[in-house]
Amino acid sequence: MLPISRLFTAAAATAAGLVLTTAGAFADPVKFDFWYGLSGDLSNVVQQMCSNFNKSQTDYQIVCTSQTDYDTNLQNTIAAYRANKQPTITQIYDIGTATMLLSGAVTPVYQLMADNGYKIDWTNYIPGVRSYYSSSKGDLWSMPFNSSTAVLYWNKDAFKKIGKDAAPKTWEETADDMKALKAAGYDCPMAMDITGDESWQFMEQFSAIHNQPIATENDGYDGLNAQVMFNKSMFVKMATDMKSWYDQGLMVRKGEKQGEPYDAAFAAGHCEMTIDSIGDHGTIGKTAPKGMQWGTAELPIYAGTERHNTIVGGASLWVLKGKSAGEYKGAAAFLNWLAQPDQALFWSTNTGYIPVTKTGYDFMTKSGFYQNPIYAGREVAVESLSEGTPTPLTRGIRLAVMPQIRQEWGNAMQAIFAGTVSVQAGLDQAADRSNADLAKAAAQYKGATLP
Amino acid sequence: MSPEAISARAENSVSPSSAFVTGDALPRAGDPADAPKIARNTSGPPAKNKGRAPRSGDKRAVFRNNWLGFAFAIPQLLLIFTFFYWPASQAIYWAFTLQGPWGGGSEFVGLDNIKAVVTDPVYWDSVVRSLVFAAVSTGLSMGIALVMALLVDRELAGNKIYRSVLVWPYAIAAPALGLAFRFMLAPQAGVLAFVNHIWPGIWDPTINGNEALGAIIFAFAWKYVGYNFIFMLAALQGIPRSLLEAGAMDGARPLRRMVDIQIPLLTPTLFFLLVLNITDSFQDSFGIVDIMTGGGPARATNLMVYKIYFDGFKGLDYSGAAAQSIILMLLVIALTFIQFRYVERRVHYT
Repeated sequence: MLPISRLFTAAAATAAGLVLTTAGAFADPVKFDFWYGLSGDLSNVVQQMCSNFNKSQTDYQIVCTSQTDYDTNLQNTIAAYRANKQPTITQIYDIGTATMLLSGAVTPVYQLMADNGYKIDWTNYIPGVRSYYSSSKGDLWSMPFNSSTAVLYWNKDAFKKIGKDAAPKTWEETADDMKALKAAGYDCPMAMDITGDESWQFMEQFSAIHNQPIATENDGYDGLNAQVMFNKSMFVKMATDMKSWYDQGLMVRKGEKQGEPYDAAFAAGHCEMTIDSIGDHGTIGKTAPKGMQWGTAELPIYAGTERHNTIVGGASLWVLKGKSAGEYKGAAAFLNWLAQPDQALFWSTNTGYIPVTKTGYDFMTKSGFYQNPIYAGREVAVESLSEGTPTPLTRGIRLAVMPQIRQEWGNAMQAIFAGTVSVQAGLDQAADRSNADLAKAAAQYKGATLP
Repeated sequence: MSPEAISARAENSVSPSSAFVTGDALPRAGDPADAPKIARNTSGPPAKNKGRAPRSGDKRAVFRNNWLGFAFAIPQLLLIFTFFYWPASQAIYWAFTLQGPWGGGSEFVGLDNIKAVVTDPVYWDSVVRSLVFAAVSTGLSMGIALVMALLVDRELAGNKIYRSVLVWPYAIAAPALGLAFRFMLAPQAGVLAFVNHIWPGIWDPTINGNEALGAIIFAFAWKYVGYNFIFMLAALQGIPRSLLEAGAMDGARPLRRMVDIQIPLLTPTLFFLLVLNITDSFQDSFGIVDIMTGGGPARATNLMVYKIYFDGFKGLDYSGAAAQSIILMLLVIALTFIQFRYVERRVHYT
C-alpha cells in the first residue's frame, strides 16, 4: 500500500506544481492546436516553425502535432470533429479539398482573416495555387501551405552524350530523346510508375497543361454531379503513348515495390529522366553522386498545343468550426505570420516546397536563393504554376473521391500495361467506376453545395 | 489493424492454447470420463470457448460466490465490450444508414449499402481472391508445418533448435514481415531479381497479378508455419509413446506409424488450426497486403479486408465499408460453421 499512496502524493504534488507554474505566468497565452500530416525531417521543420511563432509573440501558443501522414491526419481530423475534439487548424492534402469544402466543418480562411482584422492581398498568391483552394467566387477557403508541382527532371550528362543541351519541350521530342538515349546505351531513359498516385503527374497535371477536362462541371468546381473525362480527353493519347514507350523499354516502371522508386532511380543516375514533384528536388540533390549534372524543366506538352499552368500539389491549412474566439484570433495571427515573405524563405530553404506568394517568390529571388546551386532549378515550379491565367480547366480538381479515382486510374493503367485490356477499354472501366464513386459521394453529401 | 481485431487476435492466441495445454498435459490413460470432454476444448474455436461456461461443474467447489467470479471477469468483459461489441454494433448501424464522413445526416437506407456491395462484380472478384488466398495459404502453412513437426518429433539431429527457432516468424508483425518480403521479392533489386537477369521479365509481381497473389500467399504461409508447427509438435508429443512403440513392434515403418497413428491422433489439433488459419487469413492478411502490394496490380491482391480499409479510411465511405465488414463477418461465421458441421465429423477426439 505504501508505494501506491506515495505515488498519489507525488502525482498530487506534480499537479499542484503545474497549476502554480501556469497560474504564475502573467497573461496566459491562448493555446490552440495545429495537426499536420508530415513526418521525419519535414515534421522537424514544422516544429521549428511552430516554436519560432511562439517565440515571436506572447499572446498565443500554437501546439503542433504530427499525425504521421496526410491520410491519417484527415481520418483523425474527421474522428476528432465527430467527437468535438478537433484542432483549430489542420493540414489537408490537395485531393482532400473537395471533402473539406463539403464538410460543413470549416471556417473559410478569407472570412477568418477579415473577422480578425487582417487585410490580406489575396491576389498576391500565385494563380495556380490560389485557384486550387478558392471557392467558385474566388475566395480562399484554406491557406496555401506546403506547395509543389510536377516538373521534368533530366540528366544533363546523358543528354550531352546524345548531343543535346536542353530538356525536351514536347512529348514528340521526348520520345526522340528517349530513343536516342536507348540507342546510346542507357537502358532506362525515363523512370515512372503507375501505382495510382502517379495519376497526379501523368493524368492530372497533363490535363491541366493541355487545358483538357479531368471531369465535367469544370473539373467538379460547378457541381457535385461531375463525371470524369479522362477516358474521352487527350489523356487517351498520352496513355496509348505511355504503353507503347513502356513496351519499347523507353519508359521503365520504377517504384518501391520494384526495388527502387523513380526519384531514387533518377538521383542514382540509373534513369535519365523522370517526372516528379519539385518537393523531391532537395532529396535528389543530396543523394545524386558528386558531379552529376542534372536539371529541371517544365513538363512536356504535345506539339501544336498551347501550354497552360500546372496545378498545385501538397497541402493547405484549414480552420475548423467550433473553437473559441480567442483560438480563432490565434489561428489568424499564425496564418498571417506564415504569409510573410521571410517565412516563405525559411520554409523553402528547409524543405523542397515552393513559395506560395508573389512577394515571397520575389523576396527569395532577390535574396539570391535561386542562384545558389543547391536550389537552382526550383524556380521552374513557380514558372510552371504561373503559365498564363488559369482557365476553368486549370484551376484545380474539385472531386470528393479523388483517392478512389486515383486508385481506379492506377488499376486501369496496370491492366493496360500488363496487356490484359486495351487502353480505351481500361480507361472506360476506370471512368465508370470513378463515376459510381462520385455518385455515392454526391448521395453522402446530399444537400451540401460547393462554395 | 483495428483495435477490435487486435483484441480478437489476442484472444485467439491465448484462450485455445491454454485450453490445449491443460487438455494435453493430462495423461490420456487417466479418468476415462473426463478425457474426451477436456480434449474437446482443444478444438473449440476461440469465440465458443469464451461463451461456454467453462467446466462449471469442476469450478463450483472452489467459487461458491457467483458475483466474485463475475467481478474478476469484469475488466475483460469491459474490454471486449469496448473493443468488440460496441464497434461491431456501430458497424451494423452504419451498414444500414448512409453516413456522411463528418457526422450528422445519417439517413436510414435499409439494404441499399449491402445491395450496392453485392451487385458490384469487383466485390465478388475480391471475395474469390480472398477464398483462394485462405485455401492456398492455409494448406501451404499447415502442410509444411505438419511435415516439419513430424520430423522434429522423430528427434532428428538438431530438433531442439528447430523447436524454438521455428516459432519465431509468428512473432513478427505483419507489416514488418511484408516489408521484408517486399525487399526480397522486388523484381529489380530483390533476392529474386537474378531470375530477371537470366530470363528478363519472368518475375514481376508489380504487373503480374498471379505472381503478386502468390507472393502474399507465400508471405502469409511463412508466418503461420511456425505457429502451426508449435501446436502440432506439442500435440505429437502428447501422443503416448506406447502406441508408437506398439506399432513399431508390430512392424510398422515410421511412415506407416505417421499415417495410421500420429495423424489420426493429431486431428483435433489439425481441426483447431484449420479453423484458426482460415479465420486469420481473412483478417491478419491486411498488413501483408498493405505493405507488399497495396491491393494491386489491377486489384489482383485486393482481399476483402484490404478493400474494407481502403473504402472506409481512404475513400471515406463508412457505410460501404461497414456493409462489407458485415458480409466478411457472416462469411467467416459460415466457413467456421461448415468446418464444424462437416470437417469435425472426421476428427477423432480419443
